[in-house]
Amino acid sequence: MQRSLRKYAWLFLLPTLIAFVIAFLVPFVMGVGLSFTEFTTVTDAKFVGISNYIKAFAANSDFLNAFRFTAKFTVVSVLSVNLLAFILALLLTKGLRGTNFFRTAFFMPNLIGGIVLGYIWQLIINGILAARGVDLTYSAQYGFWGLVVLMNWQMIGYMMIIYVAGLQNIPHELHEVAAIDGASGWQTLKNITLPLVMPSVTICTFLTLSNSFKMFDQNYALTAGAPGKQTQMMALDIYNTFYGSIGQEGVGQAKAVVFFILVALLALLQMRLTRRKEADV
Amino acid sequence: MKRILLCCILCVLMLPLVSCAQNDENTLYFLNFKPESAAAYQEIATKYKEETGVTLRVVTAASGTYEQTLKSEISKSDAPVLFQINGVIGYAAWKNYCKDLSGTKLYQHLTDPSLAITSGDGVYGLPAVVEGYGIIYNKEITDRYFALSGRATSFSSMDEVNNFEKLSALVRDMTARKSELGINGVFASTSLKSGEDWRYQTHLANMPIYYELKDKNIDISKDDLSNISFIYQDKYKNLFDLYINHSTTDPKLLGSKQVADSMAEFALGQCAMVQNGNWAWSQINEVSGNRVKAENIKFLPLYTGMAGEENQGLCVGTENFFAINSQVSAEKQKMAEDFLTWLYTSDSGKDFVTNKLNFIAPYDTFEEVEEPSDPLGKEVYQWMNKEGVQTVPWIFSIFPSQNFKTDFGAALLQYAQGTKTWEDVVSLFVTRWKDEIA
Repeated sequence: MQRSLRKYAWLFLLPTLIAFVIAFLVPFVMGVGLSFTEFTTVTDAKFVGISNYIKAFAANSDFLNAFRFTAKFTVVSVLSVNLLAFILALLLTKGLRGTNFFRTAFFMPNLIGGIVLGYIWQLIINGILAARGVDLTYSAQYGFWGLVVLMNWQMIGYMMIIYVAGLQNIPHELHEVAAIDGASGWQTLKNITLPLVMPSVTICTFLTLSNSFKMFDQNYALTAGAPGKQTQMMALDIYNTFYGSIGQEGVGQAKAVVFFILVALLALLQMRLTRRKEADV
Repeated sequence: MKRILLCCILCVLMLPLVSCAQNDENTLYFLNFKPESAAAYQEIATKYKEETGVTLRVVTAASGTYEQTLKSEISKSDAPVLFQINGVIGYAAWKNYCKDLSGTKLYQHLTDPSLAITSGDGVYGLPAVVEGYGIIYNKEITDRYFALSGRATSFSSMDEVNNFEKLSALVRDMTARKSELGINGVFASTSLKSGEDWRYQTHLANMPIYYELKDKNIDISKDDLSNISFIYQDKYKNLFDLYINHSTTDPKLLGSKQVADSMAEFALGQCAMVQNGNWAWSQINEVSGNRVKAENIKFLPLYTGMAGEENQGLCVGTENFFAINSQVSAEKQKMAEDFLTWLYTSDSGKDFVTNKLNFIAPYDTFEEVEEPSDPLGKEVYQWMNKEGVQTVPWIFSIFPSQNFKTDFGAALLQYAQGTKTWEDVVSLFVTRWKDEIA
């Protein structure tokens, strides 16, 4: 049995491998290759060296502005989403009445697509701002906080579920022992709960970090960059470069490669940092 | 046995990976640009199959995604044979794929050769339609105004409004008496939401750029277009200011208004005027509770305050050109050519063009009796044939890119909201033009 498994392993792996090659590896390699060319269609490209990369950073500062805005947004939303999700998870593991109902309710927004949520929140925020005689496009501040609210609304439920699972995995005895030793609520939280949910924190920060960084449809639907390009995030900037200008496809592709490297680096770094804090049980 | 079974399973698993391309010899693939014409083209396809036996496969890209769709479709082995480009800049992007059409039958029938897209001696795009735009007004409301006593204006009918000065006086006085007229504002809201601002960043901007090119004697098919300095920006500002300050909506709130909002306001009689083209008729007509009668819908040219604009007509042109893919087989190219000839010269084809596509076709195979049936199309046709009136061609197809237009539109919104000065808008126009023209 063992031997025949080893013998035929490649056969079982083949479908997945083919799918992986076709749907991921080939486009990825092609994509990186295209970032060094000038092209209109992917099959008809002319090699131009690294000039696309130079243009990506020099042509105008849109890309760098988008990077700054994205970074700011990511910091704020990673903090707020995780903090709020953790608090909710704590509340919803206390055995309160209606826990199941609230868990479902908080999770629901996650099931709605980003574009739809973007338009819904646009209506809501515009409705509120109408009282001041302006709308979402009036100031980049409105757009920024609108995006943060939207991101929180969408992600909190999902992160909460992960935290709930983490919290439920903590052995009950530990809390009991702490209580007997006379630890206060804060001490229990800091010294027992937090270290033991560190694996969940790792997953959640990773998910929120990469999702905030790569955010596209919410940005597209809520502000589309308005006012001007001040609330344009990196993914949207890449999209607009690729489709909005004539002959700029290669530049868009170069930006996408830079973007990929950035996201990968950030995610790796973040994994490293939080992994270290995970307690071995 | 097991091995055979396994192979079968694997084969089934891989099936979805094999694309099911319809590379039929007798099929013509047409990638359509106008979503509003999609249904009509399906009917045309059925008829064409009946008459010639050739299957016309029409694929329509969703609104605003034509370039994306074309980019991915054209690199497939079963590429579109017939596709559409939007003008000089569209041609620049697709020149490696555009066949020279100067030898086609249809080109010989074109009423005005300057309508086609040319480069050197070649003809690379044939117009599918001509369209016109200007200020659409509701005659019922203006008549109501002219019936008022104590008007501040000296003229007594819309026919006398033939320059910006008169238009502006009319609009100001109508605004002052809007409660008597039963309207919320003279103009429909200036839709400046991103993606909905093309009536201003593209159509209205056509005017100053047209006059600038005329002054500088620039030929768009061969001259350098990078030095546009927006010299008539003050004229643009004239009309734009009139729009935003005399509309149904506070200028600060224009960033969330869409074209559909403006058209609905017009259809419901909440305003008297709206800038748009003849394609808007279906949109006006479809609004439920529509209170505008077909016979009361009229056009006024875009008067911006240029000297001698009394003779200026509507903006007439198209951004909808047929191009034939030069990289497919000669037989396929011939099929596309035959289809175009059939559509614009045969009786059944022409019937579709006028009555189903509602196109004003710029070909001499169409006689006057075949003029358009919708009120706005009729108006365009009349303006085109008015004595002593010079129509303004659509110059905006030379605007460098979508990004340029988006940025200009965003700046217009910021100007309307009061967060950007007009000087900044002008300098953005000039610098972004230079950046993007490449």
